[in-house]
Amino acid sequence: MSVQPEGQLIADKEISEVDGITVRLAGDSGDGMQLLGTQLTNTSALLGNDVATFPDFPAEIRAPRGTRAGVSGFQVQFANSEIFTPGDTLDALVVMNPAAMVTNITDLRRGGLLIVNEDGFDAKALKLAALTEDPVTEEIEDRYRVFKVPMTKLTRDAVKELGLGMKEADRCKNFFAMGLVYWLFGRSLEPTLRFIDNKFGKKLPDVAAANEKALRAGWAFGETTETFGITYRVAPAKLKPGTYKNMMGNQALAWGLLAAAKRSGKEVFYSGYPITPASDILHELSRYKHFGTRTFQAEDEISACCAAIGAAFGGAMAVTASSGPGIALKAEAMGLGFILELPLIVINVQRGGPSTGLPTKTEQSDLLQAMFNRNGEAPLPIIAAQSPGDCFDAAQEAWRIAVKFMTPVILLSDGYIANGSEPWKVPDVNEMEPIVVTHPPDAAEGDAPFMPYARDENLARPWAIPGTAGLMHRVGGLEKADGSGNVSYDPDNHQLMTDKRAAKIEGIANDIPAQEVFGEESGDVLVISWGGTYGACHTAIERCQREGLSVSHAHIRYMNPMPANLGDLMRSFRKVLVPELNSGQLRMLLRAKYLVDCIGFNKVKGKPFSVSELMDQIHEIADQPTPNDQHFG
Amino acid sequence: MNLPVLKAADFASDQDIRWCPGCGDYSILAQMKKVLPELGIPREKTVFVSGIGCSSRFPYYMNTYGMHSIHGRAPTFATGLKATRPDLSVWVITGDGDALSIGGNHFIHVLRRNLDINVVLFNNRIYGLTKGQYSPTSEEGQVTKSTPMGSIDHPLNPLSVAIAAEATFVARSLDAHVKHLAETLKRAAAHKGTSLVEVYQNCNVFNDGAMAYAQEKSQRLENTIELEHGKPLIFGTNRDKGIRQVGTQLEVVNLKDVAEDDLLFHDEKAMDPSLHFLLSRMRHPVMPEPIGVFRDVEGVATYDEQINDQVAAAKAKHGEADLNALFNSGDTWEVAS
Ligand SMILES: Cc1ncc(C[n+]2csc(CCOP(=O)(O)OP(=O)(O)O)c2C)c(N)n1
Ligand code: SF4
Repeated sequence: MSVQPEGQLIADKEISEVDGITVRLAGDSGDGMQLLGTQLTNTSALLGNDVATFPDFPAEIRAPRGTRAGVSGFQVQFANSEIFTPGDTLDALVVMNPAAMVTNITDLRRGGLLIVNEDGFDAKALKLAALTEDPVTEEIEDRYRVFKVPMTKLTRDAVKELGLGMKEADRCKNFFAMGLVYWLFGRSLEPTLRFIDNKFGKKLPDVAAANEKALRAGWAFGETTETFGITYRVAPAKLKPGTYKNMMGNQALAWGLLAAAKRSGKEVFYSGYPITPASDILHELSRYKHFGTRTFQAEDEISACCAAIGAAFGGAMAVTASSGPGIALKAEAMGLGFILELPLIVINVQRGGPSTGLPTKTEQSDLLQAMFNRNGEAPLPIIAAQSPGDCFDAAQEAWRIAVKFMTPVILLSDGYIANGSEPWKVPDVNEMEPIVVTHPPDAAEGDAPFMPYARDENLARPWAIPGTAGLMHRVGGLEKADGSGNVSYDPDNHQLMTDKRAAKIEGIANDIPAQEVFGEESGDVLVISWGGTYGACHTAIERCQREGLSVSHAHIRYMNPMPANLGDLMRSFRKVLVPELNSGQLRMLLRAKYLVDCIGFNKVKGKPFSVSELMDQIHEIADQPTPNDQHFG
Repeated sequence: MNLPVLKAADFASDQDIRWCPGCGDYSILAQMKKVLPELGIPREKTVFVSGIGCSSRFPYYMNTYGMHSIHGRAPTFATGLKATRPDLSVWVITGDGDALSIGGNHFIHVLRRNLDINVVLFNNRIYGLTKGQYSPTSEEGQVTKSTPMGSIDHPLNPLSVAIAAEATFVARSLDAHVKHLAETLKRAAAHKGTSLVEVYQNCNVFNDGAMAYAQEKSQRLENTIELEHGKPLIFGTNRDKGIRQVGTQLEVVNLKDVAEDDLLFHDEKAMDPSLHFLLSRMRHPVMPEPIGVFRDVEGVATYDEQINDQVAAAKAKHGEADLNALFNSGDTWEVAS
């Protein structure tokens, strides 16, 4: 589909071609900023830009109106080349009220566009934002290019003829803002018009008409007013050829599960208990019952995990997901899944902790929980997704490992990945390799007794399921005798089984790709990252490399077991830097396992890394004398 | 095809049974092995799921599929299993501590969802496996290791809880009354929906004789009352006493004074659980305790049936699921080479 910007440009307005633009839309949580942002993202993606987004919203559904705590923001970067982050500093900031302005202005670059809904800055709004005077001061006007637009009034005028109440009319002002933004960046109105029609057209034709009018009025305002002398254009990005779609992380995860089911000839059983930011996986999968997907909203996370294990025992592709606090509840059942040696995917969409912590903010602080949050010796494979689109692949890889090795697998995502989005190259399902799953068949008269804990070359046990004649067996949490699986308290057997289970998980290292490096295989600094910080790290390292620094990047996907070559790789660099959105969890694991003294760069603010802070850190490390020369060479 | 006729012994696994000699669990195991062959369900289609406790070792002793899971959670494992494998006959074995203390939440939810499984709750009013602490069904004032001055918790009545959750099948039986037990298990198996059978089970090590008033043959006729659908509630060694309803209360009456027609007649099929709840409130020593089927309500959709019906309905509506079509749906764009 080809999408063209709407209307003709007035000749006296200058068009500036830029490589990329980072915009943040901020307003009250009731102002529809998330919708606005999503629409802008989709439209930009359809134009062929590479996009990356970062929604940021309060934990409360109806946070106090107009206050700083109630500010909801959505950031998107669209660019003419491949990008990996939603951008550090803003080129443009649209604010609907003073609270939104004061909480976001520091991210706007000097000379950036500040578009203000003038009508949102009355005395009452200032008070709610705990301000004594208008924050749009002379200093602000000097520093940025400020455009004050009476959006509320213009929206009311635009929808006047529809005879809506004031409240309904005012609700459309985000569409006015959208129209203006679209005009400014040469985006087409068409996808959003289609969206309005789909969403409201049939059910609420008045609302549809009002939103459409407001959207067009915003565009027309940009076009006709003297206010703006310039508009911007970003050419399509040169992505790999193919069909693309804008994807959010949780959606990609759900689709990855469907793909894994298809590849393995299974149907998904998904159980969850609502928790931010994992709930959307449940919502998404609930829509695909025609794929044979059964979703179970359990009474709590314990139930969700146990039900998944019950389904796995019965032969289903079982998946459960939660965020940190819910994963804590699942811990006992995960230990059972481990000793039962049944395939299962446990997804943790991490958020800020501890406890309820920062439910709508992102963090990477559940890595050690994933590693150790079980009683007894119960190591589990851990895979970390690195970006929204990558969730699709990570989900399938988790299932491949789960069935090949007969074990629960932990899949780590985080709030930043889950709610962020990026273009996703639509795969061809027919080209996907099968994931081989076998269940032993009925036993015949005279067959040797069935050994539920016999092991194959991967040390995996057979997945015999109820209904199979002659293979009746009992599983449970009590230690099992090697082979027969009968209850055994024999000390030597416990040692043997503990070792065998550990060896099985360790053996997965032979089944995963060697750690890839972006850059040279040896040198001055190796940056090791994992999970959702991929984009920021990759961008920072790429820029440092262009500046001539000897820095390479290893982004780990397999957190446990880690790739076999990782230790050697670390020892091939003078320094190892480990940036994480936690207090040093991967760093601790790397130091313990490889005895290499990594340097941590840590941040726990509920916010992702910016590229510039990472670059600063890499520069600093590169300039320092080497603390771990003993490991070099 | 001639199916082999199975005997009780065919359902015995090769594992040594490790319960204390004299434990009521043996009797329940024996009756289960006796009943299962009569159901005509193949062993490989039968699954026992349990939590943790003495009683929860049960699955190891059955030559069927089985899962000894974690404390209190057996109903949840059964939910995942039955929802994806409605073809299986699934039994949950649980204890009073397992089902009502740590697993209280799941117990309520499996009953209200009406998953088509059978739950057998071994109630010995004590924690056996952890060596004798009081349980949620222990009587007030009971002296145990953890309550040297007597328990101050008010006991929970499992059948009242179940009926409040509108369980569709609720029954009570006794380990010592083997015929009644076998009959009750069979009735539970025949019910479509979650069936709950509470079995008074004697823990002769930590709570010996706690239910002797009901278990001892000599006392049973005076202290219990056998429920029969459509029949008046009559009990006593000489069947000379009955239960009458007065307003919202039940009372014991002498048949010398009250005609049979004026007694309460048992209706296990009543959709409204109020009377079943009243029956569950009858407690020794004030009242005889009912045994048998309190409630057997038919025609309520089961969870497993409905979750699978929704899948079938979605398949019928959307046709053969097509991942390629899904992936290419909505807004897409092409990048040319
Ligand atoms: C999470 C957890 N907490 C505590 C225990 C210890 N535990 C095992 S069985 C049990 C109580 C069992 O009592 P009941 O369910 O009445 O069964 P019984 O042994 O009497 O048959 C307890 C507390 C455990 N296994 N797991
Ligand atoms: S402790 Fe009690 S319940 Fe447990 S096996 Fe012994 S007698 Fe039975």
